[in-house]
Amino acid sequence: MATIEEYIPIVGQSVIDDLRLIAQKLQGKIIQNINSTAVGGGVAEILNRMVPLLKEIGVDTRWDLIRGGEQFFEVTKKFHNALHGSSEIITQHDFDVFMATSQTNIDEVVIKGDIVFVHDPQPIALIKKKSGNKWIWRCHIDISNPNQKVWGFLMNFIDKYDSAVFSAPGFSPRLPIRQFLIAPSIDPLSDKNKDLPQDVIDGVLRKYEISKNKPIVTQISRFDRLKDPVGVIEAYQQVKRYIDCQLILAGGGASDDPEGAKVLEEVKERAKKDRDIHILLLPQNDIEVNALQRASTVIIQKSLKEGFGLTVSEALWKGKPVVASNVGGIPLQVKHKYSGLLCHSVDGAAFAIKQLLNSPEYAKKMGENGREHVRNNFLITRHLRDYILLFLSLFHGEDVVYL
Amino acid sequence: MQELIRAKEPFHFHTRLHLSELTGLRATTLGQLLTLIKTVPGASIYHHTHRFLQQHQNLSPEPPNDFAYWVTEILGDDELGEKLASINVIQYSTIRNLRDKIASTIEEHLQTNAFAKLRFASSGEEFHFMKSVSFVLPTGCSAMDLKEFSENLRKITVDSIYFHIFEARLRLERGENDFSNWIENSLGDKDLANEISSLDPYTQTLENLRRTLVRIIDKRMGL
Repeated sequence: MATIEEYIPIVGQSVIDDLRLIAQKLQGKIIQNINSTAVGGGVAEILNRMVPLLKEIGVDTRWDLIRGGEQFFEVTKKFHNALHGSSEIITQHDFDVFMATSQTNIDEVVIKGDIVFVHDPQPIALIKKKSGNKWIWRCHIDISNPNQKVWGFLMNFIDKYDSAVFSAPGFSPRLPIRQFLIAPSIDPLSDKNKDLPQDVIDGVLRKYEISKNKPIVTQISRFDRLKDPVGVIEAYQQVKRYIDCQLILAGGGASDDPEGAKVLEEVKERAKKDRDIHILLLPQNDIEVNALQRASTVIIQKSLKEGFGLTVSEALWKGKPVVASNVGGIPLQVKHKYSGLLCHSVDGAAFAIKQLLNSPEYAKKMGENGREHVRNNFLITRHLRDYILLFLSLFHGEDVVYL
Repeated sequence: MQELIRAKEPFHFHTRLHLSELTGLRATTLGQLLTLIKTVPGASIYHHTHRFLQQHQNLSPEPPNDFAYWVTEILGDDELGEKLASINVIQYSTIRNLRDKIASTIEEHLQTNAFAKLRFASSGEEFHFMKSVSFVLPTGCSAMDLKEFSENLRKITVDSIYFHIFEARLRLERGENDFSNWIENSLGDKDLANEISSLDPYTQTLENLRRTLVRIIDKRMGL
C-alpha cells in the first residue's frame, strides 16, 4: 500500500506539507471510525486507504465495526434501497430488528474517540452513547429522494450528531445540525488508476481483439439499467453512421445479480450484428479496466442515476475527454465545455461524442482540463484534507477559522 | 540590482484551506435564486463567487461565478448569464456590496424580461447554496525585503497567494490585498503597491498570477 510520500510527485510537496501542518492541530485527539464491514463495499474501501494514511501523518485514527446478524443486514439493505428512492415496504418489525441489534452494539462497542465518525445508517443509533465528545454522521448514500418513513426514523438519531457529511449538494436536506460537502475520491496509485506501460495496454487490446486503428468509445460500468448500456449502444450507432469507431462496454456485476444478467443479455442482443461493439465482463480486474480507459479515445458515462460516478474521475485522471449524464455527482466532476461534455439524452450523447471525435484538439484540451480538475479536487489527498478540516470544524463554529 | 529596503515589519505568509458547508437551501427559478441571494450568509455569496478560482485553478479563462454558470447552462438565459459573469468583482470591497450588485442585476433582468420568470431548472439541476469555511494558518515563511518576498512567492502554494490576494481583500475586508498593504506600509514603496493593486486577479489563473507578481517585483529590484 502506498505511503503518503509516494503522492508527492503527483500532487506536489506543498499539498503533503499542508496535510502534515493541519494534522498537527489534531494532536491529542482520537478519531474513531465506526462502520459495519471491514471488507467489500465503498465505505470499507475508503477506510482501508484513509485510516493508514491519516495515521501516517500523525492523526490518531482508529476503526471499529458494529456487529449484526443476517436479519439486521437485511433490514439495513432495505433501508439503503429505500433511501435511494426504491419502493420498499418497511414495517414496524424492521424498525424493531434494527433497534434490537443497535442496542446490543450500544452495549458492546467501546467508545474511545474524542471524535466519533459514524459511516452510513447501520451504526447510526450508537449516538445514544454520546457524552461530551463530538460525533459526525457520514452519509455515503444518494438521499435526494428518500423514503420518508426511513428518513424520518433516521432523523431521530441524526439531529443528536454535531455534524453530517454528504457526497453531493443534491443529497443535502434541511437539517438542524451543520452539514458539509465532502466528495469521494480516487487513489492515483491504485491498480485502477496508476500509470501503465504501453505494452500492458496493447496486451489488453490484443486479448479482447480491439483494434488500435479505429477510435474507441468506452463506458465502464456494471450491466445495470441505471447505467443505460442500451442507450450507449444507441448513441454509438448514431455516431457510427458518420465516424468509423468501436464501442467498449465493460464492467462486472452480472454473475451474482439476476437483473444484471438480464440486462447483459439485452445488451448482447442489441450488439450482436456489430463486430465493433465489444462487451466485456471484467469483474474485479482493475488493471484491465485501467488499460481500456487509457486506450479509449472518448469515455462515456451515460447513467440515468448515479451515486457519485467516480468512473468519471477515473477517466478524467487519465486525460480522457468525457461525455457524461448530468446526474448525481457527475456535474461536480464535469463542468460542461470546460472539463467534458454533459448530456441528457441519447441524441445529446451522440452529438457530444461526434464533436469530440471530430475535434481532437478540443477533446485533448477537455481531457487536460479534466485531469487537472481531478488532481485538485478528486484525489485521495484532497479527501484526507477535507476529513482533517471536518474534524477541526467541530471545535470552531465560525466561517473563518485561524489555526 | 537596486539596494534593498528593509521592512518595518516582516511579511508572514499564511495559507488558507477550505471546507464546503451545505445549507440545504436550493433554488429552481430565478425568483427563488434572487430571494436566497438576498438572505443567505455572506459566506455563501463568497463561496459561489470564488469557488471556481480554486477548484478550476488550472483553467484560463476560468469559468465564471456559480450564479452565472447556473443561469447560462441550466436556465439557458445567456443574456443574464453574461451580465452576471461580467460583474467586476475587483471593484467591490465587501461581500455586502457584491451581493447587492448580483441581486440588483437579477432583479433588473426579471423586471425587463417577462420570459425570465418562466425558466426553471429540472429535477436534479437546482442551484444548491453552500458556504465556504476558511481555515487560515501560518506557513512559517516570512520576508523582510523584496528579495526574500520574491523568493517566497515562488515557492508558496497557490492557496497562500489566493488567501493574501482574494480573501484578505474582500472577505476579511482589509480594503486592499495583503501584498500591496505590506509593500506600501512596511516597505514604503507606494508605486509597486499600486502596480499590484491594479492587477485584475479574477481574469487569470493563480499560477499566472504568481508569475505576474514575481515578474513585477523582480523588475522593481532591477533584475
